[in-house]
Amino acid sequence: MKIVLENLTKTFPGRGKKDRNDVTAVDNLSCEIPDGELIALLGPSGCGKSTTLNLLCGLEKPASGRIYFGEEDITELPPELRGVGMVFQNYALYPHMTVKQNILFPLENLKGKGRPSKEEMVNRAMETARLVQIEELMDRKPRETSGGQQQRVAIARALVKMPRVLLLDEPLSNLDARLRLQTREEIRKIQKKTGITTVFVTHDQDEAMSISDRIAVMRSGVLMQIGKPQEVYDNPASLFVAKFLGTPPINVFEGNVRGGMLYIGDEAVLSAEGVPDQEVWAGIRPEGFILKEDGPLTCQLGRVEIMGRDISIISSHKACTSQNIRSIINAETRVDTASSSVRFALKPEKVFLFRKETEERIVF
Amino acid sequence: MNTNNKKAWLYLLPAILFLVFFLVYPLIDVFIYSVEEGYNFASQTYFGTGLYNFSYVLHDPFFLQAVKNTFILVIITVPVSTGLALLISAGLSSIRPLRDLFQTIYFLPYVTNTLAVGLVFMILFQKTEYTDGLVNLMLSWFGRGPVDFIDGPYWAKMFVLCFYTIWIVMPFKILVLTSALSSVNPDYYRAARVDGTPRLRVFTKITLPMISPMIFYLVITGFIGAFKAYSDAVALFGTDLNAAGMNTIVGYVYDMLYGDSGGYPSYASAAAVILFAIVLTITCVNLLVSRKKVRI
Repeated sequence: MKIVLENLTKTFPGRGKKDRNDVTAVDNLSCEIPDGELIALLGPSGCGKSTTLNLLCGLEKPASGRIYFGEEDITELPPELRGVGMVFQNYALYPHMTVKQNILFPLENLKGKGRPSKEEMVNRAMETARLVQIEELMDRKPRETSGGQQQRVAIARALVKMPRVLLLDEPLSNLDARLRLQTREEIRKIQKKTGITTVFVTHDQDEAMSISDRIAVMRSGVLMQIGKPQEVYDNPASLFVAKFLGTPPINVFEGNVRGGMLYIGDEAVLSAEGVPDQEVWAGIRPEGFILKEDGPLTCQLGRVEIMGRDISIISSHKACTSQNIRSIINAETRVDTASSSVRFALKPEKVFLFRKETEERIVF
Repeated sequence: MNTNNKKAWLYLLPAILFLVFFLVYPLIDVFIYSVEEGYNFASQTYFGTGLYNFSYVLHDPFFLQAVKNTFILVIITVPVSTGLALLISAGLSSIRPLRDLFQTIYFLPYVTNTLAVGLVFMILFQKTEYTDGLVNLMLSWFGRGPVDFIDGPYWAKMFVLCFYTIWIVMPFKILVLTSALSSVNPDYYRAARVDGTPRLRVFTKITLPMISPMIFYLVITGFIGAFKAYSDAVALFGTDLNAAGMNTIVGYVYDMLYGDSGGYPSYASAAAVILFAIVLTITCVNLLVSRKKVRI
């Protein structure tokens, strides 16, 4: 089911004693999610991604704007008529019911013609349980299952009514690191198998990049950029997106463009043909550094961390906005650790320039 | 026993002594009194031991009346007060404006002086030479004759006693239940909403099971409290409860000890032991039932 958001805005009344202005959680959000894709809403906490999810499932009503599932305008529909399945951050499994009863619960709510027979309900519950591989847990209570299993029960409960859209709110944040990796593959697999359009909310860029077809980066209620993960990573539209994506994070320098050259400090490090003279932010991805004895960028060498496959060089530069510059270099390269400075050349495709005031990207 | 253990016992000693003198010893003493026949308080002598005291008490029409009253009181007030409290707290937690005000109003009886409450009930129910009381006034609007709730027929007096008891015990139950309701994670309700669960089903399938431990706690303490009822009856009908026919088991025990017919500690003890047995049985049954029903 294709999802279209059109100028979606959600405001909450201000709660502060002094500041009684409304808080805008989602600001004029427009985007289109193609049928059958897994899309990640990514952003720091408080950026409005959970609110967007609640707007999609109908728990919140938008102040303005429309939501379409396919061609159908569902903006005014209550949650149960939208055909959405939702997985909550804490799973919200009913603790007094068995796994089976939990999965059956949404079916038992159905009324009228759409209500399946008792037998069919059980069949569908079993089928869904098989899909997420929890058949053998059906008679347990939620607290008798592990975190990962609870997660799958929650997904089964959301899927059993065959929703048009599946919504996941921070689905992995309650799991430990190892389980998180496993479960995100699992979610991806289930999504592929069912082909159901899925929106999931996360603040973890790693998670978003690794499993989604498309990521939407949000900041204070505004959609900053939406696109395929690699595209967004390689072509960030703003400094915020560039900083938010990628581990280790991008290194940001105060730079200057003069006469078609990018200067960091006093050194001309890269040609920036066609960019008018101005002060800029220069973002350099950690993998954008090349160790070179006569490279244009000189940094104070801090330490070298060996990570097996590659090494990371921690250095510093007075024009850098953070204390450390982290660069990742192929492990075969030799680094003179006794030296006090290190020189880099830069890969042009890994260097992004942003306007000083608006932090928008300058394409060159 | 190592030194640490000895030390532990030493630290526990004050509490243990206190409990032994004021709880365990009297408890055992009651059992002993209850089997001593013809115990004389003044000379501290008795004729022999046996079960005569129990037989006397169980054949005493006043005791049987007290048992009947107590049971009626328990059977009516515990379910009604718990049910009403549940309804009121469910209502309270679903409204937003004026919730604090309502909460305060419902909690007022809990902090109000018993005598003041008695006075209020007097105004409501008592028939005097000058007035028939507020309730009778309202009854007269519907064309019903005045009823003497304080000195009148048995059912009227029992109604007032139950009404009074329910009114007195409700605030605490409402307090406990509202806090239990507010401790239910709102995500459960959100999940239920996404699944289109009807309101009644949300209440019976999600809310009730979630707060069932608290409900059972209230039922058990409610049973125990109602079985020990005494002061409420005194506040309404005065100290001569036997004459009013509104005595309770605890009232009977008190009368046997200090009342007009007082001076019979053996009978009092026997009655107390019988009450103890009843409360113990009912509490055990309650716990067994709750163990089967409450699974969170």
